Amino acid sequence: MKILVCMKQVPQKDAPLKLNESGAWIREDVSYEVNEPDAYALEEALRQKEKHSGEVVVITSGPARAQQVLREALAKGADRAIHLEDNAFVGLDALNTARAFASAIKDEKFDLIFTGLQSDDYGYAQTGVVLAELLGWPHATIIMQIEKKDSGIRVKRELEAGHFQFVDMPLPAVLTIQSGINKLRYATLIGIKQAKNKPLRKVAMSEVQSAITGNLQEIERLYVPEKTKNTEFLEGSSAEVAKKLVDKLRNEVRVL
Amino acid sequence: MPDTILVVVEQRECKLNRVSWETLTAGQALAAQTGWVLEAAVLGADVANLANEVAAKKVAKVYAIQSPKLEPYTPDAFSAALKQFIESKQPKLVLMPHTYQVRDFVPKLATAMGRSAISDCIGYKHEGSKLLFTRQMFQGKFVADVSFAGDAPWFVTFQNGAFRGDKVEAGASAAPVENVNVQIADGVIRNKPQEVFKEAKQAVDLTQAEIIVSVGRGIKEQKNIELAKQLAEALGGELAASRPICDSGWLPMDRQIGSSGQTVAPKLYLALGISGAIQHIVGMKGARTIIAINKDSEAPIFEIADYAVVGNLFDIVPPLIEEVKKAKAGG
Repeated sequence: MKILVCMKQVPQKDAPLKLNESGAWIREDVSYEVNEPDAYALEEALRQKEKHSGEVVVITSGPARAQQVLREALAKGADRAIHLEDNAFVGLDALNTARAFASAIKDEKFDLIFTGLQSDDYGYAQTGVVLAELLGWPHATIIMQIEKKDSGIRVKRELEAGHFQFVDMPLPAVLTIQSGINKLRYATLIGIKQAKNKPLRKVAMSEVQSAITGNLQEIERLYVPEKTKNTEFLEGSSAEVAKKLVDKLRNEVRVL
Repeated sequence: MPDTILVVVEQRECKLNRVSWETLTAGQALAAQTGWVLEAAVLGADVANLANEVAAKKVAKVYAIQSPKLEPYTPDAFSAALKQFIESKQPKLVLMPHTYQVRDFVPKLATAMGRSAISDCIGYKHEGSKLLFTRQMFQGKFVADVSFAGDAPWFVTFQNGAFRGDKVEAGASAAPVENVNVQIADGVIRNKPQEVFKEAKQAVDLTQAEIIVSVGRGIKEQKNIELAKQLAEALGGELAASRPICDSGWLPMDRQIGSSGQTVAPKLYLALGISGAIQHIVGMKGARTIIAINKDSEAPIFEIADYAVVGNLFDIVPPLIEEVKKAKAGG
């Protein structure tokens, strides 16, 4: 099985974020990490390759810093990487990101494409499904299990409130992967060494420019959410805070 | 002709999904502000009754979009049916709830039409002649006002709980219902879905708990779960967790609160080391009182907390357990 994994670099979960001068994006001098569901997507691709042999290719878009995500993936066992390298990719909407990816892989023949189910920055949960439509492939979202069958694959979709559903589908297909589908591995020292010699293809914006258009949606402004609750902050030493909390639990919340 | 807002409601097993009323409420508010006409649609094999149910609300018209191929749900059939319908009706705005089903087909539908969807919105703004849709970004640390830059139809999905379903206005008289039979060609549907099922029986029903102590990533290690358990026991409550804790296997999946777990509304929700990602918040924001303890003062959980403690939970929880025990003992 030849599997492409779409990965994204996002700000670290606990990184303090600040608005930039435009007021429509964050200041980018923060720490980054791989989008968590994408890490599970990569792990699942590696496990499928170990079972059925084949190749795992990872792809990302973004400035030079985003290469770190690909290097980590190569160190964990991906065979090669594709980097759509340009800062302008960061601001593309889901449709244009998917168009750029589709253009960059037009000479490849994958059996499966994985993405994380959504990103921790935009959170649109769209790129994978859009990519499937652009390629004319079937898709399934929020996947918790993948089993290869003679005629294609059987996947387990997560539905709301603890429900699930198995879906049989033909290949090639796009799957968006849910966090927790597997246990993540760590890169080994040997893996990190080998990663340095694995192929990494860079794709410039100019190479995919003809495939994309202006965004069909624009962020006009970004801001800290307006508070809807009057939050009371309790301060003091741990012992004082504990006493204050118990006072609230007894007199306000009335559960003691 | 005025522009049209189309709300596509969601049904499962011939019952309208509750969140559909929320989207209809949003549609009614938008129609009132823009002067656009509000219409609704429901899709399925046989949905005439459901269309009548929607027609009792304040809408201009309801469409029952029907085909035997719409049951069971597949993204291929839903996308094909709605594409046909929307291309013939040309609504300006298409609204849907941001359910697992909608997020499975809307990006496909919008792409097939060369359009785009603003997904998981929590509100909208009507500024002059411009419509802005508000959505959370960076796991709820920021919100963004997003506008459409391309041609209509514009697709928007609203987050569960963004509008009040019980505020949906009834109509003065029943709206007309039109049956639309769509043709879905053989070969369009590629996926073969099996029966929907529930994994194991839920051992705990957190929806019935009055007090919930919930842990997130801030608990750091599996062995620290014990501390939260002691607090839950002292308070006489249930222990719960955010998704990463259950993904790691530190607590069973049936203890998970959030969009993929249980939705709860207890008297007290005490969040320990939970940052408050959107997927978690939707499962617990209905709690009467929310207490959050987190070391990150910018954690989104504080936005919805009634009482907030910025600090290390490992310093605060042990004395809190002692104080709770004292209080219970009548101290």
